[in-house]
Amino acid sequence: MTLALSGTADRCRGFEQHTRSVIRLKALGDARSSAGADFTVVRTSDDLKRVIQDSHEAIFAIDDGTGCFLSSEGLPRRAITVPAQFSYLAPGDVIGIHTPSRKFRTLYRHNSRHNSFLVTERCNNYCLMCSQPPKDIDDRWILDEIRQSLPLLDKETRTLTFTGGEPLSDSVEFIGLLADCRDQLPKTAVQVLTNGRAFAKSEIVDAWRKVNHPSLIAAIPVYAAVDHVHDYVVQAKGAFDETILGILKLKDRGQRVEVRVVLHAQTAPIILDTCRWIARNLSFVDHVALMGLENTGFAIANEAQLWIDPIDYRAALADAVDVLVAAEVNVSVYNLQRCVLAQSVWPYAVQSISDWKNAFISECEPCTEKSRCAGFFSSGRPRRSKAISPIL
Amino acid sequence: MARFLAAEAFSSPSEELALLPFNFERTGTEQFLVSNMVGDFIRLTEDEINKLIDLKVTPGDGLYERAYAAHLITGSRQKSQQQLLALRLRSRMSFLREVTPLHMFVVTLRCEHSCPYCQVSRQSTDRSRFDMSEATAQRGLDIAFESKSSRIKIEFQGGEPLLNFGLIKMIVSAAQAKSAVLSKKVDFVVATNLALLDDTILAFCKANEILLSTSLDGPADLHNKNRPRPGGNSYELAVSGIRRAREALGPDRVGALMTTTEASLGRVDEIIDEYLKLGLDGIFLRPLSPFGFAIKTKQYHRYTAESWLDFYRRGLRRVLDINHQGTPFREFYSSLVLTRMLTDRPIGYVDLRSPAGIGIGALVYNYDGGVFASDEGRMLAETGDNAFRLGHVDEDNYRSLVLSDKLVDAISMSLTQCAPECSTCVFESHCGANPVHHHATQGDALGIKPLSDFCARQKGIMRHLLRIMDESPRDAAILRRWAGS
Ligand code: SF4
Ligand code: SF4
Repeated sequence: MTLALSGTADRCRGFEQHTRSVIRLKALGDARSSAGADFTVVRTSDDLKRVIQDSHEAIFAIDDGTGCFLSSEGLPRRAITVPAQFSYLAPGDVIGIHTPSRKFRTLYRHNSRHNSFLVTERCNNYCLMCSQPPKDIDDRWILDEIRQSLPLLDKETRTLTFTGGEPLSDSVEFIGLLADCRDQLPKTAVQVLTNGRAFAKSEIVDAWRKVNHPSLIAAIPVYAAVDHVHDYVVQAKGAFDETILGILKLKDRGQRVEVRVVLHAQTAPIILDTCRWIARNLSFVDHVALMGLENTGFAIANEAQLWIDPIDYRAALADAVDVLVAAEVNVSVYNLQRCVLAQSVWPYAVQSISDWKNAFISECEPCTEKSRCAGFFSSGRPRRSKAISPIL
Repeated sequence: MARFLAAEAFSSPSEELALLPFNFERTGTEQFLVSNMVGDFIRLTEDEINKLIDLKVTPGDGLYERAYAAHLITGSRQKSQQQLLALRLRSRMSFLREVTPLHMFVVTLRCEHSCPYCQVSRQSTDRSRFDMSEATAQRGLDIAFESKSSRIKIEFQGGEPLLNFGLIKMIVSAAQAKSAVLSKKVDFVVATNLALLDDTILAFCKANEILLSTSLDGPADLHNKNRPRPGGNSYELAVSGIRRAREALGPDRVGALMTTTEASLGRVDEIIDEYLKLGLDGIFLRPLSPFGFAIKTKQYHRYTAESWLDFYRRGLRRVLDINHQGTPFREFYSSLVLTRMLTDRPIGYVDLRSPAGIGIGALVYNYDGGVFASDEGRMLAETGDNAFRLGHVDEDNYRSLVLSDKLVDAISMSLTQCAPECSTCVFESHCGANPVHHHATQGDALGIKPLSDFCARQKGIMRHLLRIMDESPRDAAILRRWAGS
């Protein structure tokens, strides 16, 4: 099942001073309040009555599917009401809302292990398989929204991901945000999905290092051992050189780096060469993730150049993992189902698909590996290997 | 979708390409072995290497991709490959950061053995003439602790060092006291034939975490022939010593080294089995060194590099088979070479480094206070050649020894990075300078490499290892495991 992470509120009132606001949901009766950002979750007309009786708190009402309880009179002054498909929202969750249009996005889910912030839609790459097709627009308001969100997140949050677009498009502002994370969420590990090209500039790496974040990692894609193959995949000439230079500069300054390889028809057939090269040249990176393709965004448009059945690269992937393991490189395989992976790869295969877009199919029911399997993306236009079959 | 460009749009025209430095050697009528600046190997045909040198390569032709991934070519405006090579080279050479980590103390020249190839030892009971004095030991320690390494190893040598056990005890406790004050870690090794091992010595080793290193040349008749002593029981004493030491100190606290003599050449399987039988985890197949009495007694010229290589190849075969039968067992020299070939770990092993390890890798304090740049240098002095005698503990300090003209000359003149033959050798990244060897055999620290048996062995070993890696996936899997760990 795929969760809707954005939508339009039915009502939104009491925000007259601001066009954009960040709010946090709280449970009925929970006394905590953070400078007016907390909204009590209301799911039934009883809930609503209690709120109105007890106090005059702001409410976040979720339609129970009937549409009736919200029609009742006397909503508090500050109120947002949303359709029933957002019933997954719960106390602790954080939402950003554009009040004139009533459009909102779920920014953080307290119960999820997979919280990520989109930092910008701008990017200097234009990857064939981009799941978040870049747009050349001024979206710097997003950085403000994230900045406002950080104090509202649970301090016990285990990990946060920043993604894009290219998060380092506005490098100074973004690195400032990392400093905010360090100060406000000192226990939270932060992962930044970046194309790494910005790190070819020493001043950006130096600024990154100076944040001195206790648990920060840059996750950077490398698609080949050869310049033109990588440049073609990311549709930017010169990208390979900058990306590799960036990785070297980060490691030279003791920063943590993960290398990511997305597997598709341009990269999977050469995955053994790529991993041999990584083992020989970049064995000092902290982690390598070999990732099954999410068939969404540009990947759908470029299906002819990208689709390859994972079963067709099963053997090469197993050899590639072997080479990395032998070089003592920390490796994981993401997004691929156990039944298309060689058994030698299973110990490295991770349940990596974010909970809100993760699914299994009917074939999986009898499978003995289901509880350890990554399953499928439910997002985009899922394409499955012909080899999917339960392991019995 | 029109917004996407085709693959061809990302290819560099050949005028934007540049060659990176590489070495090569012909391996067959049409075949070449090529190595890049950090010693990664790739095989090319003659046609391919010619195209490469003329930069007649095009993205998509397969050769471009192989050459680019192997750092043989780069884009002339690109920087990342050069930075990558620089970083890897820095890692490979970083053994230089630990300056003089090894300090050998020759606590006595006396020995109860009379091995024909031994360069130095004396059959004597005259303690005053051949034992190191406490004052000399104290000065040696002062110098050892002046070296910049954060961790030093003190190795006791002889003669048979256990004949002067009293001095060993004194040095260990003095070194521990200094170690605490100067916060420099110190490890100890005793190189001994184990003939004199007893419970007191074992208890002392245990209490002070001292490693033992001994000699075991193979089966009883071979070992006893190589190492005569009164009673003719060198082998029995060594074997029972190894067993006792393993029991008392732990299996990884005692190591054994073998020396190949002419008599060993046909018997490599038996020699290896001897090590296996004792439960040791590997063997170091070593050639005889060309020093001192070994040359004088004409032992050294009794066999050629080729016959030693043959011995090595058969031995390695045996070792690999032992692994296939399920017992992990290594040939240690191959492990070192493979670690150099397959990883960028800094390996400071004396025969496999350039700049050479003389002085800046190890110093030897002789029983009489003379300081040498290596153990072999001390042996040369016993036959009257003082080329590697750097000074004396009473007259010198660490700085004056390591910056002496003698040492600086020998190191700088022998660098493989610029030596004739070596500088263009396909194995240069994994080889070593070995100035003492070339001085001893050719009278010149640099040496003429085509005449050098060291060079012949190095090339032979590396060619052999590469051939196995190429031809036998089964063997290669084992060899890969030896690299690095
Ligand atoms: S059948 Fe389903 S659960 Fe089992 S391995 Fe395949 S995809 Fe995973
Ligand atoms: S000694 Fe021989 S094998 Fe070693 S680098 Fe020199 S020429 Fe090459």
